[in-house]
Amino acid sequence: MDVLYFAWVRERIGLPRERVKTSAGTVAELVEDLRARDARYAAAFADLASLRVALDQELASFDAPLAGVREVAFFPPMTGG
Amino acid sequence: MRVAVQPAAFDLGAEVAAFAAGVRGAGAVVSFTGLVRDEGGTLSAMEIEHYPGMTEKAIAGIVAEAMARWALVDALVIHRHGRLFPGEAIMMVATAAPHRGDAFAAAEYLMDYLKSRAPFWKKELGAEGEVWVPARDADEDALKRW
Repeated sequence: MDVLYFAWVRERIGLPRERVKTSAGTVAELVEDLRARDARYAAAFADLASLRVALDQELASFDAPLAGVREVAFFPPMTGG
Repeated sequence: MRVAVQPAAFDLGAEVAAFAAGVRGAGAVVSFTGLVRDEGGTLSAMEIEHYPGMTEKAIAGIVAEAMARWALVDALVIHRHGRLFPGEAIMMVATAAPHRGDAFAAAEYLMDYLKSRAPFWKKELGAEGEVWVPARDADEDALKRW
């Protein structure tokens, strides 16, 4: 699946998007996989309360299943307007 | 309904005039414009990032919900991204309804939801370097009134 990062999540990880092969069943499991990669990912995902996730461009929760999902995006709370 | 997500500046007067000219049956047009604050002269620029694809869908969903809740004839949302400078218009909404109550309420609803449910992120560039603008609890609380 494609995993996208925005704002300070993108800056901490150091890239805007990547293809990820994962057997994670939920967003939370995917986060655990990513955290285990290296310090940059661990820093970006240190506090889930300060993160939001979208699955195929719809806001979702961290316990949401990943089955059939093509695009996952992680970002801080939105500040539009 | 028109939703535009663009880096380019927009002509506020021309947009409102064109919107008002096209809303048959409306008796009220309300518009709101958000500007880049200079934060007491400390802000040199603002960078607005967004999530292409999701942004347009999220805004269209918010506008559709407003159209369903109030007797709107039409609605317009323009939101910019990229580098903006103090005093520049970041975004605008316009609503048209038979009566002003619905037009005002829907414009406020659109603003409240655009603040925290449309995927934009603001970064301030100033004397202290680059700072991502944190979301405010008040913005999340504002959704509860709807």
